[in-house]
Amino acid sequence: MSYLEARDVAVQRGGFQILKSVSWKLASGELQAVVGPNGSGKSTLLRAMSGIWPISEGSVTVDGQPLGRLPRRDLSRRIAFVPQETRMDFAFTVQETVAMGRYPHRGRFARETASDTRAVRQALERCDIAQLSERLVNTLSGGERQRVLIARSLAVEPEFILLDEPTASLDVEHTLEILDLCRALAKAGQSIALATHDLNAVARYATSVALVNGGRMVDCGDRDRVLSPDRLQQVFGIRAELLSTKDGQPVYVFHRNEGTDIRD
Amino acid sequence: MLAISILAAVAIGSTPVAWQTILRVAGIKLLPAGWVDAHTVTPADMVIVWLIRVPRVAVAGFVGMGLAAGGAVMQGFFRNPLAEASITGAGPGAVLGAVIAIVAGWSVHSVVSLPLAAMAGALIALALVYGMATRGGVTPVGTLLLAGIATGSLLSAASSLLLTLNIVNWQVAQEIVFWMMGGLESRSWTHVWLCAPFVLLGLTAALIQARDLDLLQQGEEIAASFGVDVEASKRLLTLTAALLTGAAIAVAGMIGFVGLVVPHAVRLVVGPSNRVLLPASALGGAVFLILCDLLARTVHPPAEIRLGVVTSLVGGPVFLAMLLRRYRETSAA
Repeated sequence: MSYLEARDVAVQRGGFQILKSVSWKLASGELQAVVGPNGSGKSTLLRAMSGIWPISEGSVTVDGQPLGRLPRRDLSRRIAFVPQETRMDFAFTVQETVAMGRYPHRGRFARETASDTRAVRQALERCDIAQLSERLVNTLSGGERQRVLIARSLAVEPEFILLDEPTASLDVEHTLEILDLCRALAKAGQSIALATHDLNAVARYATSVALVNGGRMVDCGDRDRVLSPDRLQQVFGIRAELLSTKDGQPVYVFHRNEGTDIRD
Repeated sequence: MLAISILAAVAIGSTPVAWQTILRVAGIKLLPAGWVDAHTVTPADMVIVWLIRVPRVAVAGFVGMGLAAGGAVMQGFFRNPLAEASITGAGPGAVLGAVIAIVAGWSVHSVVSLPLAAMAGALIALALVYGMATRGGVTPVGTLLLAGIATGSLLSAASSLLLTLNIVNWQVAQEIVFWMMGGLESRSWTHVWLCAPFVLLGLTAALIQARDLDLLQQGEEIAASFGVDVEASKRLLTLTAALLTGAAIAVAGMIGFVGLVVPHAVRLVVGPSNRVLLPASALGGAVFLILCDLLARTVHPPAEIRLGVVTSLVGGPVFLAMLLRRYRETSAA
């Protein structure tokens, strides 16, 4: 069972201390949600965990090995990071885009091997975009694009996938689609961490939750504990009402605190 | 296509040469002695083909390659299909280097001094721009673009100033003006040897980085997460583009539109993947420039139209047509 672990990690960026002494762990088969207010350090945490931003203190290790000691290519084969925004100025096809996921696996001028072709085909099928493979990415809808990006990270066949707000710009249907996909992948043994603002989605889908605030890890683990109304009050400054659907799924309804309402 | 345009460009001119003669000359020069009978070609044809036409066409080919491949690299780098290699200051730097060589009189003493000064100008300008845009080992592409444009216009102004100051010396001024409009008249094998190694080196470097460039086009964080050393790759890519453009401008003067239009047109045909786009742009640039140079010297004999004028006259409308088509496509959708 492999795991990705941060210990007392601090990150500095442009003279600001964005993360302070954060510890966190992501293990195989987990679908872990990273939540927190705007500017709390969710995205920074994912970047530090994937090794694309340097850390100033502490350590990030994959199966006990510090990321900094792994060659770049090995690292890129083990951890895939999907940022919120991807540039699509040039019209690559879906197939070409997903096939980029195989770059870390072969030499600069090497031809696609049978295992490359298989990984790309499987990734396209997993994300249900095989029928789009010849389409140009800049002609796709937001939900389709997000699936292409997730498919590319799957084509890497990494141990860990870190997604930064994959549902931020999607409508309800596409959001559920992406989350269902993530849950299916996690059930198949993939480790996934995703940053999101959608606490109801977290409550329904995540196996565990990391709550970040002001660059620190407030709590991490069982979602009922981490997302208790008291915690949410403390971190987000809102009153959370925890209800339950007919089939027993938790649902939050949020209210502004008494006295902060704008009354007419 | 390249072979046909080379053959056509060598054959057509003030003295037409039969294609059989050209092949014989090529055979005499390139095949082992005795394979082709040297007496089948007149000495005059020999000189026209081997010492006048072939080097000129070869220079045109390499210049076209350098400009188009350099443009393709920069378009990918800046994620902007309207970029070209001059954008990092390398183009205006090369021009200023050459103008200084002309004004200082170095170019009178040695035929290699002007191209070398232009190359040096391109690389110094890039180093300046890159240095200004870099803080703490990180070079934001947006800052690089702004610094490049600002420095570029400063260097162009310096070139114009030198021209204005020397306008009384008609010979020097004429040389500068002609050079700024680009041209390939009386280019010799020396120019081929000055340009070809740098263009081929730059092209090789570009091909090695093609995949990194694909990933950088997706965004720097994506590239980093796929194992690209982003800052090192950015330095190497801008240097590669400066080398390609600098080598081309050094032997041909300022030639517009090739670096912009050729990669753009080629991308419409072969797609954006740089492993295909870069070599295809290089070939397309070579064909385009050989044919433009053929036009430049045959449309209005015995005078030659400046090559930079021809490329812009041909490239401008083609580019406008492509933009309008794209505009219609997007507004129709």
